[in-house]
Amino acid sequence: MEPKRRLWPILFWLLAWQGGSMALAAAYPSGGLLLASPVRAGLRLLELLPEPLFWRAVGNSSLRILGGFLLSGALAVGLAALAAGRPWLQDLLVPPVAVVKAVPVASFIILALVWLDSRSLSLFISALVVFPPVYLNVLEGIRRTDSRLLELAQVYRIPLRRRLWGIYVLQALPYFRSASSLALGLCWKAGVAAEVIGLPAGTVGERLYTAKIYLQTPDLFAWTTVVLVLAALFEKLFLTAVNALAGKAGC
Amino acid sequence: MEIQVEGLWKAYDGKPVLTGLTAVFPVGITCIAAPSGTGKTTLLRLLLGLERSDAGVIRGGDCRWAAVFQENRLLENLPAAGNLRFALGEPPPETPGMLASLGLEYGDPRPLREWSGGMKRRLALVRALLAPWEALALDEPFTGLDEENRARCLVLIREAETRGPVLLASHDCTGLEDAPLLRLENGTGVVRRP
Repeated sequence: MEPKRRLWPILFWLLAWQGGSMALAAAYPSGGLLLASPVRAGLRLLELLPEPLFWRAVGNSSLRILGGFLLSGALAVGLAALAAGRPWLQDLLVPPVAVVKAVPVASFIILALVWLDSRSLSLFISALVVFPPVYLNVLEGIRRTDSRLLELAQVYRIPLRRRLWGIYVLQALPYFRSASSLALGLCWKAGVAAEVIGLPAGTVGERLYTAKIYLQTPDLFAWTTVVLVLAALFEKLFLTAVNALAGKAGC
Repeated sequence: MEIQVEGLWKAYDGKPVLTGLTAVFPVGITCIAAPSGTGKTTLLRLLLGLERSDAGVIRGGDCRWAAVFQENRLLENLPAAGNLRFALGEPPPETPGMLASLGLEYGDPRPLREWSGGMKRRLALVRALLAPWEALALDEPFTGLDEENRARCLVLIREAETRGPVLLASHDCTGLEDAPLLRLENGTGVVRRP
């Protein structure tokens, strides 16, 4: 989409938000508390930026949530590669993957709180939600490998390393790319939700919870914006790296 | 070195395709001529070890093969150089010259999905000829080529034919009248020398 076409809907909804907030503030004495305006949220964000505690929260949350994404992503790719040629392993993984997909994240968060300390919670939950889409997509990519190319590799006696790169990686990379994009969004949502419930000290989730307790809606929107920006930023960075790899591979 | 097949049988879903074929393929080109669907590709696939025969023996077939398949089997997202590196590792020094003789460029940066069908066919042939083969299977190698490019390809195949048996399956063996000919009929046939 052209930048102009992307911009106007955002401006429209920001104006609608501003209008809604102003209308609530005019209708009720404490209307401003119910829906902070984008201007107030933006100003609050600017106030937060110089605070060391802000960066500590961003750093802690990013480290754990992205750590979960990377660990789980690597495990999912590895297991998909192993399972591709082993139907018994695919069958074995069907129930846990289906359970992780179907069970509400909140159930896992509460269960994980029993097992783990709150600091490891977001890492665990983010890893949990990342696994199914990455595993299933990469497995599908490998499954769709062109059998005619495998025959070519057999006849030409192409060594395993080149075969892996030229056939399997080339085939699975587009699937991995779309799964990663989806999983990065999911891991931020689930990871921050886990922090809000587990309240590990010095995290974005804890700050969101504090905003809720004290009805600090400008803080709530400011921190939500931070999560959105972080999610978009890491998605962009990760996909740029994957695209560079894909470009090198020619897909 | 020669390749022999003896009493080769192959059927798909009970429908026989090869019915006791016995033939010897010496060094050089042997043209395998037959209408579509009469066992040319099946014979080559059995020789390449991609399928098992129902009965019969293949002698000398466990050598190092290269092939041009019915389809090009190229990596469409890679350029020519990437495709040759994938199949051959570091391509031999004669690669740019051989490509140029067929009107192709080693340094062409375009992925093959942007190439014409004829260009891809020629690249598939170059890939096979540059491979370190002891026997070569060519399944309809001239598909999609005009007369001029067909003639150029044939020159390259002719230059390579002293390296080992070259089995060239085609519905059209024009220009190969001096080569042994196996005409498959009803799943069998005899190699006739010119």
